[in-house]
Amino acid sequence: MLQVDQLTTDDPKVSLQDISFQFDAGNIYTILGRTGAGKTELLRALMGLNPLVEGDIQLDGQSIAKRPVKDRSMSLVYQQFINYPHLSVLDNVAFPLRRQGKKKAEAQLLAAKMLTTVGLGDFLQRRPAQLSGGQQQRVALARAMVKKSRILMLDEPLANLDYKLREQLREEFPRLVAGNDDSVILYTTTEPREAMELGNTMIVMTDGRIVASGPPADLFAHPPTKDAASVISDPPISFISGFVRSGALYFGEGQLAPNNGLHLPPDGPVTIALRPDAIEPGGAFNATIGLSEFSGSETIVHLDFDFGRAIMLVEGIETFVAGTRLSVSIQTEHIMLFASDGQNITTRTK
Amino acid sequence: MNKFYHILKTLFLFGWSLFVVFPFLWALTTSFKDANAITSGATYIPWVDYEPSTQGWTSLFTTGSQGINIVGPFIDSAAVTLIASLVSLALGTLAAYGLSRFEYRLGFVKNADITFFFISQRIMPPIVLAIPFFLMLKELGALDTIFGLVLVYVALLLPIAVWVMTDFFAGIPKELDEMAMTDGCSPIGAFFRVILPNSVPGLVVAGMFCLIFGWNDFFFAFTLTFTETQLLPVSIVSLNSSVTPWWSLSAFALISVAPLACVAVIVERYMSRGTMSGAIR
Repeated sequence: MLQVDQLTTDDPKVSLQDISFQFDAGNIYTILGRTGAGKTELLRALMGLNPLVEGDIQLDGQSIAKRPVKDRSMSLVYQQFINYPHLSVLDNVAFPLRRQGKKKAEAQLLAAKMLTTVGLGDFLQRRPAQLSGGQQQRVALARAMVKKSRILMLDEPLANLDYKLREQLREEFPRLVAGNDDSVILYTTTEPREAMELGNTMIVMTDGRIVASGPPADLFAHPPTKDAASVISDPPISFISGFVRSGALYFGEGQLAPNNGLHLPPDGPVTIALRPDAIEPGGAFNATIGLSEFSGSETIVHLDFDFGRAIMLVEGIETFVAGTRLSVSIQTEHIMLFASDGQNITTRTK
Repeated sequence: MNKFYHILKTLFLFGWSLFVVFPFLWALTTSFKDANAITSGATYIPWVDYEPSTQGWTSLFTTGSQGINIVGPFIDSAAVTLIASLVSLALGTLAAYGLSRFEYRLGFVKNADITFFFISQRIMPPIVLAIPFFLMLKELGALDTIFGLVLVYVALLLPIAVWVMTDFFAGIPKELDEMAMTDGCSPIGAFFRVILPNSVPGLVVAGMFCLIFGWNDFFFAFTLTFTETQLLPVSIVSLNSSVTPWWSLSAFALISVAPLACVAVIVERYMSRGTMSGAIR
């Protein structure tokens, strides 16, 4: 078990702010956040690569905050595919085992086994430069896993891969990390889909803080704060200012009566979050079509309303001409309401 | 147009090669001439233009009035240059690694200032350093010794090594050091096991610069030695008397250039190899 208490750093880009969390062995924690949220800084602080201003890191009840990097039983896979260019693929993976004091033959045997697991059994004697990007990242992953360290950290490991390879490795990931039941796996990503797909627990970070954590499906359905909601949704949620008065929800020139079990808070200002699937073609609201783009088998349409810009997600590939007007409706079962302090105040009758 | 450009480029490269190689050809032909051949105008082809003589070469290994024995100066030069270059490279590489990886601050002095301090040692004209070096070596009793020259040459070559290696280490991603540390190396272990093996091209370039500057230095070799120790550049100049033996001088020049040329040919492949490819994408 890895326990971090009030972790605070003073990093040049993003500083960690009072982070406390308990990571249990056998779980995969996906840390989701935009660029600059502090994900990498958190991993580096855990690893001992970035100094702590305050706080403690405990592994199985023992503080490791002052231990040197090499003695923390942690592995890190970087976003950039970092390997030792002067060593063969086999020796790259055997490298940490040799540092653990294993004999060369034993280290190479274990390394070869691990490389076979990650699908590189035929490339043992090649140099990293002779491999493709995906293969290089597999080498890095194999090197991180072969140590059997207690904490396996992966810092956006798929970010620099092309789409196809990313999908392929994402599918393979559970198989690759299987058998690490004694380890805590931390996986950072900027992609909500990846975070929800790969983790047992999702942690959402913004501005060096953890703003939400929990099972991915629960967090997606009910993000506790506006910050968390803005990070979790892809395509992004649109936020518009509105207010509640006399049992109706007003925004710009629009008005919505609560239905589908949505309960409105007492009269006052609210932030309305429109999920991309909350807007559907055909209805009482008029918007001008901005950009439209395809994502897989869906169409993402950017709409300009009189109350602001919002994104609509349409199933299937459809053509929307920029600059033309479109009538849409807003489905209240897909909207959320946030108080002025950013807390989610959406309540529904089941 | 392309063909014209190609011809122009070939002609230029041919002309430039001739310009670079010609002094060596000149020295080579001259080294096989005698006094008569030297004074009978420009001749190039042995046995056709002139009768070759080995006098120029044999005189370099003869002591007495017939020649000058260069074996001693050659060994002295090699010893001073090699020892000073190795020491400079070792110290310079460690200093450069520190400067590229750690932040130093003493008042307003930061890493860039320290690097500039090293380089500034080469900005000063040598004459400024001659008297201080002379006095220091005299105090140490190291005037006219290989040890004294090594000390001075280390001071002169260290800035070159620091300069080249700082720039080289800056091109190696810090993540590689960090990766080595997460894989179980101490910081110094990461340097020796990972960074140094990947720094061969930088070490070769820095080493070559040190060898060239050390081997070719005349000024300090001349001002800090008398009779006990003599380096090649000083020996060459000592050949220049009332009657200059151009044949010996040419042979001597070729011999003094040969070691550096051999080293350059051997290490050239390390200089051009991009060993960092595959480290990080």
